[in-house]
Amino acid sequence: MGHDSHDHKPKGFVNRWLMTTNHKDIGTLYLVFAFAMFITGGAMAMIIRLELFQPGLQFVEPDFFNQMTTMHALIMVFGAVMPAFVGLANWMIPMMIGAPDMALPRMNNWSFWILPFAFALLGSTLFMDGGAPAGGWTMYPPLVLQGGKNVAYLVFAVHLMGISSIMGAINVIATIMNMRAPNVGYLNMPLFVWTWLITAFLLIAVMPVLAGAVTMLLTDRYFGTSFFNAAGGGDPVLFQHIFWFFGHPEVYIMILPSFGVVSEIIPTFARKPLFGYVSMVYATAGIAFLSFIVWAHHMFSVGMPLGGELYFMYATMMIAVPTGVKIFNWVATMWKGAMTFETPMLFSLAFVVLFTIGGFSGVMMALAPVDLQYHDTYFIVAHFHYVLVPGAIFAIIAAAYYWLPKWSGHMYSERLGKIHFWWSTISVNVLFFPQHFLGLAGMPRRIPDYSTQFAEFNMMSSIGGFAFGLAQVFFIYIVVKTVRGGKKAEANAWGDAKGLEWTVPSPAPHHTFDEFGPVDLKKMAHGEVH
Amino acid sequence: MSEVNADQYFVPHKARWPIVGSIGLTATVLGAAHVLNSETTVTPWLMYAGLIIILVMMFGWFGEVIKESEEGLYNTGVDTSFRMGMIWFIFSEVMFFACFFGALFYARTLSVPWLGGEGTGLSTNEVLWNGYEGVWPTNGPAALGGHFEVLDPFHLPLINTMLLLTSSVTVTIAHHAMRANHRSQTVIWLVATVLLGAAFMYLQVTEYIEAYHLNLTLESGIYGSTFFMLTGFHGMHVTLGAIMLAVITVRVAKGHFKPDRHFGFEAVAWYWHFVDVVWLGLFIFVYIL
Repeated sequence: MGHDSHDHKPKGFVNRWLMTTNHKDIGTLYLVFAFAMFITGGAMAMIIRLELFQPGLQFVEPDFFNQMTTMHALIMVFGAVMPAFVGLANWMIPMMIGAPDMALPRMNNWSFWILPFAFALLGSTLFMDGGAPAGGWTMYPPLVLQGGKNVAYLVFAVHLMGISSIMGAINVIATIMNMRAPNVGYLNMPLFVWTWLITAFLLIAVMPVLAGAVTMLLTDRYFGTSFFNAAGGGDPVLFQHIFWFFGHPEVYIMILPSFGVVSEIIPTFARKPLFGYVSMVYATAGIAFLSFIVWAHHMFSVGMPLGGELYFMYATMMIAVPTGVKIFNWVATMWKGAMTFETPMLFSLAFVVLFTIGGFSGVMMALAPVDLQYHDTYFIVAHFHYVLVPGAIFAIIAAAYYWLPKWSGHMYSERLGKIHFWWSTISVNVLFFPQHFLGLAGMPRRIPDYSTQFAEFNMMSSIGGFAFGLAQVFFIYIVVKTVRGGKKAEANAWGDAKGLEWTVPSPAPHHTFDEFGPVDLKKMAHGEVH
Repeated sequence: MSEVNADQYFVPHKARWPIVGSIGLTATVLGAAHVLNSETTVTPWLMYAGLIIILVMMFGWFGEVIKESEEGLYNTGVDTSFRMGMIWFIFSEVMFFACFFGALFYARTLSVPWLGGEGTGLSTNEVLWNGYEGVWPTNGPAALGGHFEVLDPFHLPLINTMLLLTSSVTVTIAHHAMRANHRSQTVIWLVATVLLGAAFMYLQVTEYIEAYHLNLTLESGIYGSTFFMLTGFHGMHVTLGAIMLAVITVRVAKGHFKPDRHFGFEAVAWYWHFVDVVWLGLFIFVYIL
């Protein structure tokens, strides 16, 4: 059997990276790209926090400030969080289900290699006259249409990102449905694979809707259509409906894979199988289903009929049920476990606690009458940053620490990892917790200047922001150090972690599971549950 | 990689074409953005160059896949992956059209009646658009684009419906012929399908010209917007589908595919049925109702 290409890595940048069809290399490309975007978007966040450090206008023009909030969000959502999870999916899914590679390896390459071009296109708007889009990442008309030249670039960049996401998602679905080792059933799959299967479905369902929405923006702006123009019988609110029909599932696209990551890590370090595996699967599917029928809770203040407000309020609150199932399952997994607190576990624990805070503030805003008070204030900023930063980002960081030994063959420094954890966790709370109070006191979002009554909490938030930003630079140092050297990692880096990825050597050979055949279900994370 | 192992999933090496595709896409949209913003320095040439690069990429990429397929490198597992890829791609297309249908339904059942004073829109109507009735078809309270007339659904659109429905039948007959290994019959019925698609497009263009004579344009408010965007995107998909069918016809004539293995054929047939179903939605919701 042993044919020549086994574990033979192609030489040179073009062969190794530009023309690669290897799921591990493409995963690495995604992760590196996501990290670069995370730093770029983070730098924009630093500009925002610098300007908000004190009341008054100190450093940037208001229009540039708005460009920063808009670009920060677009880059973080489409450039950092989503590609990071696709990177994790690429690296881990084939190894977790015993597949030789992703189902459609060439398309996998294209999914990635569209992204740098898409973000170059988007980033180029910063250097045009009129500047980058400044109407917020939600691109609401008519404001966004007044953005000058950048509208066309913004729309086309979103199209390219959409093409990339759809192809990536199709690949993930085809891989999971078709490439599982012959004896791996759906309910033997690791939860990370399950959450990604559902995420991929969400992506394919909603990215085309976003593409349609921005296409309507384009034709309204350049071709005289009236989709969002009341004078022609359209309605700007129509855009909000379409956008949030995409936008709410999009939120879960960013959080479901996090749930998957945490569901892998907690059992490993609690040394117990995941509690309620099947209920986790159903809860994930339930959240995904609900995500399609709650979108207008983003629009309570837009002037919907009362029936709409009530329906979307109650539907939204129902999401707390499957989410609660997950939280309690994680807690029950840890109950009486032989717990140890390595860095990935610490980040996962922080995820459970801090994501839940974000979840609770979400339930608060689901209440239509009180949302009128919170809407477009710093309370919503605090809410979605709690679910995205100590939520999604912490899960990505936890995944990086958890699987870095498998990727690089080296153990990271536990001491540095713990410093990174405490530094990040404390600073992220200093950064975002005060924003709840700012919002409740009435400070609006997306403004470069504010009333002096908000000064203290803003200064606190900015200090937390700078500290958190610095902590992530420290994270680069840890990752680079680990990749370059360090203690050799065992095949099963955590001793007794379950999962097929831990049955192959560390670092994982360039090609794994080449001989497509049955795997040992006892070694899978949930293989023995059924 | 010379010998073919039926158990082994074919993992290609060196994907040359994706990066070409990315460059093509970027050149196209960059050129288009310049054109839209009337920056004539780079002129439309960048856009055309991009489109040509995309075409080259498609020829190259599909050519490579067809070659590998004919060499028998693809086992049942690879075939299943392709099928899933196509099914989910069509699902994404369904959602794309759903977006525009959603805009149509929203305008007809909510925003236009509100502008006409229904529901919570009473004061809006009285203060801003006094006298506006909000009756479909409409180009809005400001009557954007001026007075227009709509097309008779039971003239060209009905003929077009017949054409597309017939083409779905012919492509199915071709599929049966393929399965029975009647190659020349397959080609004949595929050619018939392509011709029906071309006839559809011809009538669609005729209809657009007629619409512009009736002053129904893309700028005719929400009616013109939804009408032209829905039928326009559908027409683009029919054109694409017809081109794909033509390619398949050539491949059948060249002796590609086997009675039991012809995924490329089936994928295009699925796509063709998909554009057919979308048309039925258009015929009912855009033209008749």
